[in-house]
Amino acid sequence: MKKAFPILAVLTVPLLGYAFYQAMFVAPADQMQGEVYRIIYYHVPSAWTAFIFFFINFVASIVYLIRRNPKADAVAVAAAEVGVVFCTVVLVTGPLWARPVWGIWWTWDIRLTSTLVLWLIYVSYLILRRFSQGDQMPVLASALAVFGALDMPLVYFSIWFFRTQHPQPVIGGGGSIDPRMLHVWLLNWAAFLCYGLLIFWACYRLENLKRELEETQSLESMLEAPRFR
Amino acid sequence: MSSSARITRATLAKDIRLEWRSKDAINSMLFFALLVVVIFSFSFDPIAEESRHIAGGLIWVAFLFAAVVALNQTWARELRNSVLDAYRVSPAPPNALFVAKALGNFIFVCVLEALMAPLFTVFYNLRPLGPAWQLIPVAILGTWALVVNGTFFAAISIHTRSREVMLPLLLFPITIPALLAMVQATNAILTGQDSAKFWIVLLLTYDVVFTIACLLLFETVLYAE
Amino acid sequence: MNSPQVPSAIPAVVISEVLKRFGRFAALRGVTAEFLPHRLYVILGNNGAGKTTLLRILAGLARPTSGRVLILGSSDPRASGREIGYMAHPSLLYDEMSGIENLRYFARLYGIEDDECCARVIRRVGLDPSLTRPVGQYSQGMRQRMSLARALLHDPKILLLDEPFSNVDARSAVEMVRLLAAVRDAGTTVFAVTHQPSLLQASADEFVWMESGRIVARTGELPSLLDAPQSEDPGFEEGP
Repeated sequence: MKKAFPILAVLTVPLLGYAFYQAMFVAPADQMQGEVYRIIYYHVPSAWTAFIFFFINFVASIVYLIRRNPKADAVAVAAAEVGVVFCTVVLVTGPLWARPVWGIWWTWDIRLTSTLVLWLIYVSYLILRRFSQGDQMPVLASALAVFGALDMPLVYFSIWFFRTQHPQPVIGGGGSIDPRMLHVWLLNWAAFLCYGLLIFWACYRLENLKRELEETQSLESMLEAPRFR
Repeated sequence: MSSSARITRATLAKDIRLEWRSKDAINSMLFFALLVVVIFSFSFDPIAEESRHIAGGLIWVAFLFAAVVALNQTWARELRNSVLDAYRVSPAPPNALFVAKALGNFIFVCVLEALMAPLFTVFYNLRPLGPAWQLIPVAILGTWALVVNGTFFAAISIHTRSREVMLPLLLFPITIPALLAMVQATNAILTGQDSAKFWIVLLLTYDVVFTIACLLLFETVLYAE
Repeated sequence: MNSPQVPSAIPAVVISEVLKRFGRFAALRGVTAEFLPHRLYVILGNNGAGKTTLLRILAGLARPTSGRVLILGSSDPRASGREIGYMAHPSLLYDEMSGIENLRYFARLYGIEDDECCARVIRRVGLDPSLTRPVGQYSQGMRQRMSLARALLHDPKILLLDEPFSNVDARSAVEMVRLLAAVRDAGTTVFAVTHQPSLLQASADEFVWMESGRIVARTGELPSLLDAPQSEDPGFEEGP
């Protein structure tokens, strides 16, 4: 398992580079938006990557609530951290793209808004983890993650209906996708996934090491002879 | 009546009795609710013709802030003298305690709303152009949405530093779809322009989903050390 | 020490290899012990010895990091909630209600609808049930006695007391000791963590000494402070 990490790292760097090259230079320019549209190759794959990691967090949180396995909790926090980073990328690239193209910084676009709420929920999750006192912080955090996951379909539907009543511009627009664009999209997504997996793995191992250190320290103190009165 | 329901009733009665005795807590919250209405009225011009379109948002945000003040003291009495330990040690089912606290908060926030709503109506000259009776299910379902998750997150906040900040911090993101529904439903009823039916159904779904989630997970949160 | 011979071989409480960690700190480092019913056990030790942690685990308020606890044969402390009475240094009472109002409420948690039962247990601890003063205005002695009444309300088979005599006046303490002995004689197993073991000298069946998260000795008598017992480890094996 340990050997896989450097192999993945070696794979990821050129993949990221190649994906960047494809996105910036090879993919054809958009008819209406010109070169600016290329930000889509960061905006959309980041969103997909974030969703995948948040889903991993959801599954890991449920596993933790049922089994109380500390490794599941390590997976949950690592996935949440990576997910929040990619989610931030989506929220930053969205307005950066919208402004030159549609003239507005923000629109209650269903995808963008859902992503914002998801980001808020997971940032609150990370803050809860940091501010919790006591041993049972993973339990509380897992409960919050479950609540967040239950919330997301409701978020999506509420915004969807809101938009049917109050139509707003859609960032990214509909319309058909040039097959060459799709290929670059998927390439970038693969690159981001590898990168995300790399960071996730590092975070996960760090969490496990922290826990093992704590256990070792407490076991050491247990072997001390008791002090005499 | 099952033993669980009896315990809920006893807990609710005890809480109401204690709230009634220390009327200063109620009085200060009522006054706070009044202040919120006044501040909002100064901040958002109530005379404008479009006030009907934004009133829904103003009212519910005001209710939300007042509710947070009430929710923050949900467990305050149980934390003093570690009374919560007495509950944990007893064979009483944790959900009986949760339902009692949620109902108590619900009643209390409804009282706050009953005070604030007429004031908003007065300051904003509100007259619903749509079916006014629909405001009742919106108020009930919307308040329950705030209160059920609020009571649950207040219990989670017990185990954190900066307790009073953690509650809204955890509550607000999860509440967003419900808040959207409450606001849109209220606007729809006041302006008479759209139907509030979808939003009422969404609120009902939200309430059912999260009431079940809270009941399933409260025991875990109560016994967290 | 002078309990009548009760024919009971089944231990009321069995603790096996219980470890309790709080992050890096090990509060309990391998506790193994058996406790027979109808006894009054006094748990002693310095601060940080793990006495409170052990009591809380028995009460079901904390879960051991590893190891098992059997209370009256059941490995789930919450299942035996009906049989456990718990009293700690905080009063576990609502300051704003009177004694009888407090007890009436807690009685409901145990499914007890009979109010006379509450009045009876208040009289048992030497207090007046008709007192309308809120508990917050009681003296410490009165408050501890009312807290004990709350713990005894449902006639528990196991009574857990954490520092019941701290800051309590002498008269209240004596009354409480008398009551604890009576409760033990009636069939309850009593565990009392205290820094004032001399109060229980005459009534206790056994003194359990804890040190650094372990039980180091169990004696039938309370020796003078000068010859404190040496550290023995009945339940913990050292070394790899």
